[in-house]
Amino acid sequence: MSIPNTQSDAPLDEAESASGNPVRRARARRRSKQRRRMANVAGLLLALVLTGATYSVFAPAQAAEDDNESAAEAAGRQLYEHSCITCHGSNLQGVEGRGPSLIGVGEAAVYFQVHTGRMPLTRQSSQGLDKPAVFSDEEIDQLMAYVQANGGGPTLPSGDLRDGDLAAGGELFRLNCASCHNFVGEGGALSSGKWAPSLRDANDRTIYAAMLSGPENMPVFGDNQLTPEQKRSIINYVQTVAEQADPGGAGVGRIGPVAEGLVIWVVGISALMFGIFWMGSKA
Amino acid sequence: MARTATAPGAPTSRLGKAAFEIDDRLIVAGPLRRTLNKVFPDHWSFLLGEIALYSFVVLLLSGTYLTFFFDASMKEVVYDGSYAPLRGVEMSAAYDSALQMSFDVRGGLFLRQVHHWAALLFVASIVVHLLRIFFTGAFRRPRETNWLIGVVMLVLSLLMGVTGYSLPDDLLSGTGLRIISAILLSIPVVGTWVHFAVFNGDYVGENIIGRFYIAHVLLFPAILLGLIAVHLLILVKQKHTQFAGPGRTEHNVVGNRLFPTFAAKATGLFFVVFGLIALLGGLVQINPIWLWGPYNPSQVSAASQPDWYIMFLDGSTRLFPAWDINLPGSYTIPALFWPTVVIAGAMFTLLALYPMIERKLTRDTASHHLLQRPRDVPVRTSLGVMGLTFYVWLMMSGGNDVIADKFQISLNAMTWIGRIGVIILPPIAYAITYRICLGLQMHDRQVLEHGIETGVIRRLPNGEFIEVHQPLGPVDAHGHGALAYGGAPVPKKMNQIGGARRAIRGFFSPIEPPARVELEQRAEGRGLSPQESDRELTTSGRPTEGGRPSEGGRPSEGGRPQEPRD
Repeated sequence: MSIPNTQSDAPLDEAESASGNPVRRARARRRSKQRRRMANVAGLLLALVLTGATYSVFAPAQAAEDDNESAAEAAGRQLYEHSCITCHGSNLQGVEGRGPSLIGVGEAAVYFQVHTGRMPLTRQSSQGLDKPAVFSDEEIDQLMAYVQANGGGPTLPSGDLRDGDLAAGGELFRLNCASCHNFVGEGGALSSGKWAPSLRDANDRTIYAAMLSGPENMPVFGDNQLTPEQKRSIINYVQTVAEQADPGGAGVGRIGPVAEGLVIWVVGISALMFGIFWMGSKA
Repeated sequence: MARTATAPGAPTSRLGKAAFEIDDRLIVAGPLRRTLNKVFPDHWSFLLGEIALYSFVVLLLSGTYLTFFFDASMKEVVYDGSYAPLRGVEMSAAYDSALQMSFDVRGGLFLRQVHHWAALLFVASIVVHLLRIFFTGAFRRPRETNWLIGVVMLVLSLLMGVTGYSLPDDLLSGTGLRIISAILLSIPVVGTWVHFAVFNGDYVGENIIGRFYIAHVLLFPAILLGLIAVHLLILVKQKHTQFAGPGRTEHNVVGNRLFPTFAAKATGLFFVVFGLIALLGGLVQINPIWLWGPYNPSQVSAASQPDWYIMFLDGSTRLFPAWDINLPGSYTIPALFWPTVVIAGAMFTLLALYPMIERKLTRDTASHHLLQRPRDVPVRTSLGVMGLTFYVWLMMSGGNDVIADKFQISLNAMTWIGRIGVIILPPIAYAITYRICLGLQMHDRQVLEHGIETGVIRRLPNGEFIEVHQPLGPVDAHGHGALAYGGAPVPKKMNQIGGARRAIRGFFSPIEPPARVELEQRAEGRGLSPQESDRELTTSGRPTEGGRPSEGGRPSEGGRPQEPRD
């Protein structure tokens, strides 16, 4: 503001013209002009200093956060920005028509989706296909750390995930899970091309993560619906039954009457047909 | 006439004397001899009903063993057996005893599985037997009664299956029971009363397992046994039907005597059936109730299906739209009523009345003892295939969620495939079958008229090539066969009429009396006589060499025909 304010000069001029000395009046006018300039410069400087000081008060917080991002999160960010950002957005906020927001899904969802190979998605379809995981376990941990740090959400527990009551787990499984996943987790069809997958190949953490995050059509079984102990019981039941041998012989899919009906017609009746053809060809 | 053991021709061995003494008191030798000499026609398809009979024997034997350990009670108990994943779970005494039977009774699991596999085979063989009877017209007068008895036995066997399926009181059978309850309730006007009569109260009550048990182990088997006896007695009285063929008429029976040939075959088949069921029971797991868990009305599993023979009703229910009919005055006919009670009722009524319907439509009231080949009755055959297509399509739809899951098809798509298919496929099946029947008939007629294609190409003086045909009988001036179409199999290949120097007894063909050619061969010690060149068609030697026919064997073997394999 080095430009003199003519309006503010006007009363002064009137006052000095009143004193009557043109020389003094001109000197005084010059001095005041210099004073005003000095004040303007000082004010500018002050404003600059104040701005800088204010900046320096707030800026360190952000600088410190940048410094605190762990190596894992940074690596996760790298992976995210390479493989996930197209559909889930630059700030995990999701992209309309492509992918949902990841804010609040937590590391449990990341573990389930990435570890089972469902993410990155091959194509948009009724449901993500599970396939061999694209990322290594270490990379999955990094992605989990990144999403957890930036969105928050349910986390996976550590320790023995089968540490629960076997029989109670069975009851809970039949009550909560069997309606989609079949009696012992063989999976089943849902509407419109969706399905509840078989639990045969699922590991403990995957099942736990699925219950926590409710992927695809699965409801979320938060800790209020199924306590961590109950989740561990269910996992114990699923894995125990999956590992146990079939005492009755070949399991034929463990899905009951459809497979059994197929066996009696394809094996039973066919074998007997050949038997009676053979008998018929003997005199 | 008084007989003594010292009379001429009296038995001298100890066994003979004992038999004589028995006959002296009971006078059974005459009837027994007549029975043992009874002749049964022989064809592989006549053994299908026997498979059902032997499965039933296996069912009775294994089922009796299971009753020693089964407790048909709905009392609540806590499981404390050797299957760890259920230990401490509350369940009914029925399920508990079924688990005990599976894990803690020696041979229990094996016999449970044998029983269940035998049940599946029992119904399957009944269905195949029924198809044979249907497609060959064996139900025609005078055998309508036996057809009716057969249909009643089929329904009874389905009821046996349903009650048996419900007994273990596991989650799968309980789900089935819930559906049975819903079907009973869906019957207009009397539904609730029927339900109360069956369940003695609201679903599920405390009686149903006990009631189903007594129906399953006493009521239905007793009726079934009685009907089987009547079925077989009528069969013996009316004599078995036979296929048309040389020497077979409406007034005779050509076949083997009950003893020893038929009895040996029947015994052999019994052991084949028993062995197969035992193999399945020992090697393939069926109805693993410990995986299903105890029944709890709050629980249900995906892919809960009935056994295969009820699956068609599950399928019809899955396909039928949700058309509840709401009548004024808060009455409702639930949609469930149509695809279960009505469809099943209509299907079995049609099946039972079919002989009468056909008799009415064809006005054929004569007695028939010769069977028809399916191709000779195209309308009936096509109707049968149409009905079969309808049934199989419904049955497949009963497992449509499993198909959707295993083949990664949308379940909605499966439902629509089922709905569209169940309407358009049966007529298509009818049309195709009809054409196939006519085509087969036409080929038979062609062979009768022109003879068998020999594969020998002859060049005529004018340069034209023709294939030599072997007429089956005398021919008229134009070279056309004079044999009439008789509804019997027509030989289509030269080796079927001895062209290969032996009568081939095909794996799939009925046993015929040895052909004339074969008898001649036997008489000649499997050698060839010079006169035989008369009937030779294929000649490798030139006429200048005497036109000797090909001997069928290598020169190093002396030109002798190959030895028959059997």
